[in-house]
Amino acid sequence: MQQQYERYYVPAQSPWPIVGAVALFLIAVGAGNTVIEATNGESGHGGKILAVGIVALLVMLFGWFKNQIDESMSGLYSSQLGRSYRQGMSWFIFSEVMFFAAFFGALFYARVISVPWLGGASNNAMTNDVLWPAFEAMWPLIQTPGGTTTQQMSAAGLPTINTIILLISSVTLHFAHVGLEQNKRKQLTIMLGVTILLGLAFLSLQVEEYIHAYQELGLTLQSGIYGNTFFLLTGFHGMHVTLGTLILIVLFFRILKGHFTPQNHFAFQAGSWYWHFVDVVWVMLFLFVYVL
Amino acid sequence: MTKATETLMPEHTAAHDNLSHEHDHHEHHGAPAGLMRWVLTTNHKDIGTLYLWFAFIMFLVGGAMAMVIRAELFQPGLQIVDPNFFNQMTTVHGLIMVFGAVMPAFTGLANWLIPMMIGAPDMALPRMNNWSFWILPFAFSMLLGSLFMEGGGPAFGWTFYAPLSTTYSSDSTALFVFSVHIMGISSIMGAINVIVTIFNMRAPSMTWMKMPLFVWTWLITAFLLIAVMPVLAGAVTMVLTDKFFGTSFFDAAGGGDPVMFQHIFWFFGHPEVYIMILPAFGIISQIVPTFARKRLFGYASMVYATASIALLSFIVWAHHMFTTGMPVFAEMFFMFATMLISVPTGVKVFNWVATMWRGSMTFEIPMLFALAFIVLFTIGGLSGLMLAITPVDFQYHDTYFVVAHFHYVLVTGAVFSIMAAVYYWLPKWTGKMFNITLAKWHFWCSLISVNVLFFPMHFVGLAGMPRRIPDYSLQFADYNQWISIGGFAFGLSQLIFLVLVIKACRKEGEPVTSQVWEGAEGLEWEIPSPAPYHTFETPPKVK
Repeated sequence: MQQQYERYYVPAQSPWPIVGAVALFLIAVGAGNTVIEATNGESGHGGKILAVGIVALLVMLFGWFKNQIDESMSGLYSSQLGRSYRQGMSWFIFSEVMFFAAFFGALFYARVISVPWLGGASNNAMTNDVLWPAFEAMWPLIQTPGGTTTQQMSAAGLPTINTIILLISSVTLHFAHVGLEQNKRKQLTIMLGVTILLGLAFLSLQVEEYIHAYQELGLTLQSGIYGNTFFLLTGFHGMHVTLGTLILIVLFFRILKGHFTPQNHFAFQAGSWYWHFVDVVWVMLFLFVYVL
Repeated sequence: MTKATETLMPEHTAAHDNLSHEHDHHEHHGAPAGLMRWVLTTNHKDIGTLYLWFAFIMFLVGGAMAMVIRAELFQPGLQIVDPNFFNQMTTVHGLIMVFGAVMPAFTGLANWLIPMMIGAPDMALPRMNNWSFWILPFAFSMLLGSLFMEGGGPAFGWTFYAPLSTTYSSDSTALFVFSVHIMGISSIMGAINVIVTIFNMRAPSMTWMKMPLFVWTWLITAFLLIAVMPVLAGAVTMVLTDKFFGTSFFDAAGGGDPVMFQHIFWFFGHPEVYIMILPAFGIISQIVPTFARKRLFGYASMVYATASIALLSFIVWAHHMFTTGMPVFAEMFFMFATMLISVPTGVKVFNWVATMWRGSMTFEIPMLFALAFIVLFTIGGLSGLMLAITPVDFQYHDTYFVVAHFHYVLVTGAVFSIMAAVYYWLPKWTGKMFNITLAKWHFWCSLISVNVLFFPMHFVGLAGMPRRIPDYSLQFADYNQWISIGGFAFGLSQLIFLVLVIKACRKEGEPVTSQVWEGAEGLEWEIPSPAPYHTFETPPKVK
């Protein structure tokens, strides 16, 4: 009567979640205090608490992943558990999509509603007359109603090069994945290495672009809604590329150690999904922040 | 609806486990002892218990703040606290009750019940489950700690509208922002765990349309959580950069708009409202059939109604903003979309009533709370329908009528459903029947006092008493005294519940059978009471 099923691995007690909770607590308290101290020009312990929190988070990630890798390598995981991980990762990426959606929402709201309305569109002629009669709606908003001026970041040049870099990196990562599935380890290693280099190239060009924006265009985080959306969208995207690159680097070293098989490579798949997601976000960014 | 075969009788399970124990050194039966059991645990039942206790403690803390509010409002004029502290109390009361009490209580119930209801050995990602929980005590100690900072804690209302939260807020806003961030991380991880558990861990024959409704409603709730908690994170991030880094998302001088804050916030906020009520619908749909001794009327329509409510929740957010000067077509759209929600909600209420129709009803404690829920939640739903009508909302907006409305749906709705759930499943968790005398006292005291507390708010609200103000015009004095007396009585009534739960946790009371309630059906009623530390290590057969 009793059917035979693969046992679902339920781990025993683990110290890492509580370390992670304490780490997030220190990061939150540290970041909050750092912001407050920086604004008031005080000296305090915010930065130190933040640093300790980040170190604790890294220790947690290292320990937790080491546990999981050991468990996976010793064959404790069933295919059902693999499905849990894959589904979990997909929903995590969905949550990231919604995070970016909030900032894209702010961008569209500014472009379609708040800036035109301040210029008198829809039934807002009086808004314009009473608040800032001299203000004319435009996008990019290079002169705010309050009078801050800036210049537009052109889509040509660095942003286009960066778009090409990221698109190519998605292709190389795909070929790395194909290499893994067909057990061509050399193709896997080379293609993954190239992807990592492309990621790093993207990041350094992004730094270049920020320097250009601040020093030559006068486009800063304080330049009104155009600068706000520009820096928050590209900034959060850049943080995600950084994280994605770190994930790929970890995968690279695991591959050098001989981890992953053509059938069994959840971590690689998750990292690859994450990278493709970050790439898609960039395409949206390139379209709506730079080109259109 | 679902039944396990004899292969899952307790004796058999025990024997089977003893055998497999010798072969499998990864087995870890029984609960470890000591404090570290709770800190390091990966067991869904332990984590469920932690969530429920945390939620209860937060319910009492947030309730204490409500007592401060009601003490101040007992008489017109300023007498007990200064207005800034009053504002902090209304703000933190709201934040604590939403994020610290109701949501963690539902997550605790999900942890305890979903694996047992679908025949899974545990949640899909047990370590992440522990992490989700343990973030919360830290996040809330941070939020509560900010009350003691120079300049005070958050005082801008739980909705933290800009510019109150940007231009006019205290420094502690930075701590508020980061504590919301880590609460969000906790909720998202918890929701991912629920979804993956339901998708991937169901016993092989537990098909979608055999799933208990509590599982269905939580599946849809978890989807809503993953969809909107990141938007909340975006909103608090923009508040942070507006306040501390010179951005102007919510400042017209820089091309932004304070109303944009409300759009982003309520895009999160309205689905959030359903996050706090859909699991309640699930609970009531479990309890009513048991005590009516009939199958749930319209099971499939319940599932579709839940999904419809969830989808509609994404297109109604601006009904919170009718007075912000939106174009008329937007007001019309949001009014009609909102009214549309009453259709699937009406389907649910109809189905509960139809389930009871000609049933063999008995009125045990969980059923009393469920019945109170159905009646009082419907009152809250109807006042919501009134608020949805744009032209009259101009009169009701920001008055005590709104306060009455959302307390009917949240206190006599969500909170009553949680209490119903605790009474329903507590014997399964502890193996002992709770103290029924105390439970009756708790129910009747709560039921009477909660209506003395919230019903007169409709009247003072319609008469124009504004919310979130520590003083009021003299003509509202009588009603406010009634409201405050009701509030204190409701607060005290919850201490009865505290005593009852402590006694239950100390395993006082008569032992119960596996089924506990005569009409109860479902996998969780076929395992022994108290539920063993590990259940369904191999999947059960579901009929």
